[in-house]
Amino acid sequence: MISRLANPAQFMRVSGAVLPFLAGLAAVVLAVGLVWALVLAPPDYQQGESVRIMFIHVPAAWMALSVYLLMAVASAVALVWRHPLADVAAQAAAPIGAAFTFVCLATGSLWGRPMWGTWWVWDARLTSVLVLFFLYLGYIALVNAFDDASRGARAGALLAVVGVINLPIIKFSVDWWNTLHQPASVFRLGGPTIYISMLLPLLAMALGFALLFAALWLVRMRTALNERKLRALRLHRMAEPRSRPADAAPPGARPAVH
Amino acid sequence: MAGFVGLVRRDVRLALRQSGEIGLAIGFFVLAVALFPFGVGPEPELLRRIGAGIVWVAALLAAVSSIDRLFAADFADGGLDLMALSALPLEATVVAKCTAHWLTTGLPLTLVSPALAVLVDVPPRDMPVLVFSLLIGTPALSLVGAIGAALTLGARRPGILSALVVLPLCVPPLIFGAGAVEADLTGGGSSAQLLLLGAFSVAAAVLAPLAAAAALRAALD
Repeated sequence: MISRLANPAQFMRVSGAVLPFLAGLAAVVLAVGLVWALVLAPPDYQQGESVRIMFIHVPAAWMALSVYLLMAVASAVALVWRHPLADVAAQAAAPIGAAFTFVCLATGSLWGRPMWGTWWVWDARLTSVLVLFFLYLGYIALVNAFDDASRGARAGALLAVVGVINLPIIKFSVDWWNTLHQPASVFRLGGPTIYISMLLPLLAMALGFALLFAALWLVRMRTALNERKLRALRLHRMAEPRSRPADAAPPGARPAVH
Repeated sequence: MAGFVGLVRRDVRLALRQSGEIGLAIGFFVLAVALFPFGVGPEPELLRRIGAGIVWVAALLAAVSSIDRLFAADFADGGLDLMALSALPLEATVVAKCTAHWLTTGLPLTLVSPALAVLVDVPPRDMPVLVFSLLIGTPALSLVGAIGAALTLGARRPGILSALVVLPLCVPPLIFGAGAVEADLTGGGSSAQLLLLGAFSVAAAVLAPLAAAAALRAALD
């Protein structure tokens, strides 16, 4: 299934058919989730209305980690099987993941101001997410730093795999160190400690973010493949001047002076 | 093994004869430490509080600032191709080059660190912990740096790019190294942090050569 989809032509066909539905579904789920989270969900008994930042912050954080993991898996596939589509997938995911990481940091900072009384603290969770953001930026810079695109792709893939080391540090930073950031309250042994009227809109938002990522990812992958095709066509045309009309001057002849 | 030792000796000798290689790293280290009192003010209490962190950050920057040239000269003149063809596995070549890099940057930085620690008012009681943390931590910087150096071979602006790639990965040794001195300073035991720092170095010694060698193969393709 996957290997059949991994054929670029097949991928373009299938993704072109899936994309409108995926984008529509993402829009609907996000709209429902936003209204549910920002209007209908109850305010927190301690934090009041500012708890609503959570419905953006937490899904963005989940996506920041998941997208990096996905990028690393795609990179590993690219390194092992040298499949061109895997490189495209990893590179298409990186800027979206960086954007989610930035949203996570920015909303966290906005939330920290009223709750902790500070925009930023250098605790382990915040610092490790900041490092994740730099890893994304380093990956993007590295991929684009070479004249030879395939060399950049391989270097980037290696860096993405090496950077996976940061993911468990982020995930467990709140357990290993005594941080200002609260420990996990959804994915934990013994079930979530968050109340159901807040958990459900949170999960809706998470689903919406995931669908949004999938749609944007497909768009970016399709764009990258189209760009590649364009470049190949252009090179092809430059290499073959024979595509001119038959009555034109033969190659190498000087243009006629009128 | 003979090839390994020969490579280490060659690189160390090159660094010594291209005079200033070691001096530059130490000069950078001294200057970077000396800039902090200008920035944060000369109060001894403040400097004592953050001194170990200053020394560690400066050592990290000094070690990483020279890392992009780890493979660059051999890559440019084709020597790296010969090393890849030699009987020595590329992973061992990476370890040899990292050893030489550590001998010419990490070790000298560690040796001059007590003098700098005095400048930023680190108490003499904590000096052994600081020196020891640098001694076991700086090899990790050379090893992790080798990944960045290998990845950025042939890139545009490799210096700034390798720093961007390497510095995020160097955060753990910085945390544990500076944290060990901090723990010693505040009366807690520093052994836990030192053990973690040592563990990071040992893990880097195993994993970083694999990643760097893979990156070198990509560069030599």
